[in-house]
Amino acid sequence: MTLLEVRDLAIQLDDKQVLGGVSADFKQGRVYAIVGPNGAGKSTLANVIMGLPGYTNFQGDILYRGESLKGLAVDERARKGVTLAWQEPARFEGLSVHKFVTAGAKTTNGRDLAAAALRQVGLEPARYLNRAVDKTLSGGERKRIELASILAIEPALVLMDEPDSGIDVEALDQMFEAIHRLKEKGSTVILITHSRTVLRQAEHAYLLCDGRVIDEGPVNRIGQYFENRCALCDHTNEPGPQEAL
Amino acid sequence: MSDAELVQRLLESVGIKPSHVLSDDVARLEVHQNHVVGAHLLPGLEVDTTERDDGIEAHLRLLPGARFERPIHLCFGMLPEKGLQHIVLEIDVEEDASAQVLAHCTFPNAVEVKHRMDARIRIAPGANYSYYERHVHGPGGGVEVIPHATVELGEGARFKTEFDLIKGRVGEMDIAYDAVGQAHSVLEMLARVSGSGTDKIRIHEKARLAGEAARAVLTTTIALRDDARAEVFNTIIADAPRARGHVDCKEIVQGRAVAKAVPIVEVNDPTAHVTHEAAIGSVDSKQLQTLLSRGLTEDEAVDLIIEGMLS
Ligand SMILES: Nc1ncnc2c1ncn2[C@@H]1O[C@H](COP(=O)(O)OP(=O)(O)OP(=O)(O)O)[C@@H](O)[C@H]1O
Ligand SMILES: [Mg+2]
Repeated sequence: MTLLEVRDLAIQLDDKQVLGGVSADFKQGRVYAIVGPNGAGKSTLANVIMGLPGYTNFQGDILYRGESLKGLAVDERARKGVTLAWQEPARFEGLSVHKFVTAGAKTTNGRDLAAAALRQVGLEPARYLNRAVDKTLSGGERKRIELASILAIEPALVLMDEPDSGIDVEALDQMFEAIHRLKEKGSTVILITHSRTVLRQAEHAYLLCDGRVIDEGPVNRIGQYFENRCALCDHTNEPGPQEAL
Repeated sequence: MSDAELVQRLLESVGIKPSHVLSDDVARLEVHQNHVVGAHLLPGLEVDTTERDDGIEAHLRLLPGARFERPIHLCFGMLPEKGLQHIVLEIDVEEDASAQVLAHCTFPNAVEVKHRMDARIRIAPGANYSYYERHVHGPGGGVEVIPHATVELGEGARFKTEFDLIKGRVGEMDIAYDAVGQAHSVLEMLARVSGSGTDKIRIHEKARLAGEAARAVLTTTIALRDDARAEVFNTIIADAPRARGHVDCKEIVQGRAVAKAVPIVEVNDPTAHVTHEAAIGSVDSKQLQTLLSRGLTEDEAVDLIIEGMLS
């Protein structure tokens, strides 16, 4: 079943055509990757789907379970099951990891839920639950807590913007397990990434360049982008950073 | 109502289990309006009280070298809807004494209540005193709170005070603390206030660093909604060599609320160093969007952000 359908999506930001007619289909319970060079429009696509301020004035349509998301506020989309793990997650002064991770979760036993979610991302609950989600957390810890908060709300659709940035090798494996658990529970996961390893977690991938989908297909084939760069188009973007092998 | 019942009711109104406090190893004093309704003293603490028409006068002495295993509990409050409570408090923390005081001020039913506190706090050389004052007001906003204090810190003395008014409506509040620190003393003043409705908040904390290497940090965090107003005038004056100070004021405003922050720093010795920081604004957009993207409504998200900020 198609969960999300992006139809001919175009958006201008400050007079710049950032997305120029993107179409993509995302089925329920599958893992997708979106790759492409810096500035290709990957984060923009995620922001438009989430409905963040500044990203609501677009052409085309986004259908979620067959209904347009146009005109729905961020929290309305979230309550329908759409969420976003941020490329650079926000820091919150004084807000405990426990409260942050369970924000939006349907539960009466927040502490247990938060502890379970933290364990899934490889963080020892006793060491983190009472800490604040502030600048004292390392970048990688913050990213893992972001993922834990996503796991806790069991979204139907999650957009993960560069989930691996700042994450160490061991935590990356835990993150992959968590992504697969989400999939097993029926969630659709969209991974935005510059990493071939992350790409391999997906079943289907889109190659975005200069605000357009220039290729889509099995990850093996789309993965060739990492060798060939996106030679298919005469884009003006700089290619993405190459993953160290 | 008997005194024992009043003690129970006061403690319950601030969310404390009476059994927690009414224990032999906790020194405490409870005052209802102008009447001492409960007290328990421990060695090292002397309390002298005089009841007056409009309140009480109390003199607390922490004897030299005194130590307490558990915080000393003070509770000042009024259950009736109307009235005046004027507390004149004198606190002497003598040499090398060390104590933590947890004070609750509770006016759960206030319609027209005025609570005035005039405190004089002397902290002798080497003493260490921390005073945490938490206010619990009803939802009606019918309280006028006027805590004024002067604080003298002797050489090497430490004083930390925290003022919390987060639950219920503020009503009108006018805090004025004036502290002077001698050499190597350390002063920390923290106020956290959440205002809504037509609340009016005024905070004026002042620290004078009179002795060499004296230090002070004044921190105020305020969240305002509706038509609430706040003015914060925090001042540090450094008169002595190597004195260090920092004034920090953060205010989050929502709705039609109005906030003003005027940090004043004055340095009268070239080796002293005082900094200030003031930020007033709405909640951070990225924080808000993050919580919205988890399905919280805007009100829930703002509440959570403010709760964290005031925690
Ligand atoms: N608010 C804006 N105003 C103008 N241009 C913008 C705005 N936001 C993004 N852009 C531009 O749109 C393009 C796409 O940005 P986007 O962040 O979506 O790229 P990305 O594919 O996520 O890149 P990266 O791999 O670096 O994260 C970039 O050229 C960027 O400079
Ligand atoms: Mg990006």
